[in-house]
Amino acid sequence: MDIIKITDLVKKFPVGNGHFTALNQISLTFGEGEFAGFVGPSGSGKTTLLNIIGSLDTPTEGNAIVLDKSISELSHKQSAKLRNQHIGFIFQTYNLLPVYTVYENVEFALLLQNLSGSVRKKAVLEALEWVGLTDKIKSKPAQLSGGESQRVAIARAMVKKPKIVLADEPTANLDSKNSHNILQTMLKLNEELKTTFIFATHDEKVMKYLKRKISLADGKVVGDEMI
Amino acid sequence: MISFLLKGILRDRSRSLLPVIVVSLGVFLTIVMSAWIKGIFSEVIDMNAKFTTGHVKVMTRVYAENSNQMPLDLALLGVNELKQNLEKDYTDMEWVCRINFGGLLDVPDKNGETRAQGPAAGKAIDFFNNPKEVERMNIVKSIVDGTIPKKPGEAIISHEFAEKFGLGLGQKVTLFGSTMNGSMLFKTFTVCGTIRFGVTMLDRGAILIDISDAQLALDMENGSTEMLGFFNDGEYDKLKATEVVDAFNTKYSKQNDEFSPQMFRLEQQAGLEEYLAMAENMGGIMITFFIIAMSIVLWNTGLLGGLRRYTEYGIRLALGEEKKHIYMTMIYEAILIGIIGSIIGTVLGLGMSYYLQEVGVDFSDITKNINMMIPPIYRAAIYPDLFYIGFIPGLVAMTLGNALVR
Repeated sequence: MDIIKITDLVKKFPVGNGHFTALNQISLTFGEGEFAGFVGPSGSGKTTLLNIIGSLDTPTEGNAIVLDKSISELSHKQSAKLRNQHIGFIFQTYNLLPVYTVYENVEFALLLQNLSGSVRKKAVLEALEWVGLTDKIKSKPAQLSGGESQRVAIARAMVKKPKIVLADEPTANLDSKNSHNILQTMLKLNEELKTTFIFATHDEKVMKYLKRKISLADGKVVGDEMI
Repeated sequence: MISFLLKGILRDRSRSLLPVIVVSLGVFLTIVMSAWIKGIFSEVIDMNAKFTTGHVKVMTRVYAENSNQMPLDLALLGVNELKQNLEKDYTDMEWVCRINFGGLLDVPDKNGETRAQGPAAGKAIDFFNNPKEVERMNIVKSIVDGTIPKKPGEAIISHEFAEKFGLGLGQKVTLFGSTMNGSMLFKTFTVCGTIRFGVTMLDRGAILIDISDAQLALDMENGSTEMLGFFNDGEYDKLKATEVVDAFNTKYSKQNDEFSPQMFRLEQQAGLEEYLAMAENMGGIMITFFIIAMSIVLWNTGLLGGLRRYTEYGIRLALGEEKKHIYMTMIYEAILIGIIGSIIGTVLGLGMSYYLQEVGVDFSDITKNINMMIPPIYRAAIYPDLFYIGFIPGLVAMTLGNALVR
């Protein structure tokens, strides 16, 4: 069953008096438990497509239906709810909240769901166990290495057990060893929890792990292969 | 969520330190200025009440209209009976007669010839039988040399006057003037003390004598220029005073008799009504000013903070937080910071106000040439409203400043 269905999607950004077409006639579908990635050079439209799937942006034309919800038709409140309950994000620069501890960073996603303290605690500890960071609960982001920070970001994305995780260049700031660790962690979660992972990357190390590789160039899909 | 925000505020000093300082400072200034204005105005009013207006004052209708000229011929008569009636009608008040008079003080040389003369502003009170009057006017503490009058024919004069004309204790001064009946007044007094109130208006040419001496000298038997009423607890109560005044005027004051007695409340005299209104307005203006000034500073701080936290808001949006919720959390943070700053500012402000209440600031050098009855030392007054008054500008400014950031 498709959890993401993109049809004839076009995204244009205004530039001066005209516009720039970032995505042009994209049509794709994703099923549950996929481990896929958009690959391509900078400016090919990877992040824009990820943002639309994540309901952070809307298509100019065409349709993007995520978990049976048309992104174009969602109100701010509905798109926030979709992200809060079903979509996790992992960023290149980790984007952890610097004044909060590892535990609190992971817990934040659950605070928005108004869950009780005990339920949150159980979920946070479980998420930190998945990424092997239970010993860093009280650490602040500044006290963590790059690899550890990205694992916290993964825990934060996974703590609410989302159906989809969108990862934008998650290994770009990491060395080879940490990149492999991170990817293995994500692969494990994908297999155990059946979470759909979609990457935006041009990192060869990531590409080796992908089970589906969608190539983008100048806003168009130029290749879509199962590996 | 509140505890999450509180942790952020406490840990991220760049988010909270400057706003807390600004709010604390604004609240501190609001409280100190409010306490100080209240203290000064209260002291001025209290001083006027004790020396001039009483909490209420009875004069003849016509004397009231011309009181600045101190016209003795328009004074009250039958004051003993009137006083008895008032004491019977208003048991929680004390009633005292006073006579204000003007004249010329003549200082004789050893041959009895005029050595010096100066204008006199005289006040006669009940020195012999009413120690509360002496205490009320702070006379004992204000005496520089000598004592209060203890027998007829004794007078206290201004210390400056005594120094200027080389007058010592036991020496004679003669008061020239006119009596209630318009005849010439020549009455010689023995200087038993010199006084300095520290208030220019009271010290300039002052001569204080017993009221029985004044009544005798000024042909004012059973008369006085005014009768002052004071609440026994010493505190002025406007509502109570209004009731007393209305009842008295209904009973005693007659529209067609200009010599009938009329009673006035404290604020109805010496322009104090406007003075009190000004005090209230100043408090309001000051708080408004602080709210505007602090809001501008906090708005700017909020803008800078918002820019610095732009990434954080982006992450929170990605995590599924609504824009409106993020905005509301900013407001909650502002309220928390406002409360913290207001508490700090209130504590510091009350501390400073207490210091100013106990010690005050001596402005006597600056006010020595001012012809108003104002205290030489400006003190603050701590009153219950101060415990929450700072929260108004503190919370409003912080919340408004951040609300404008949107």
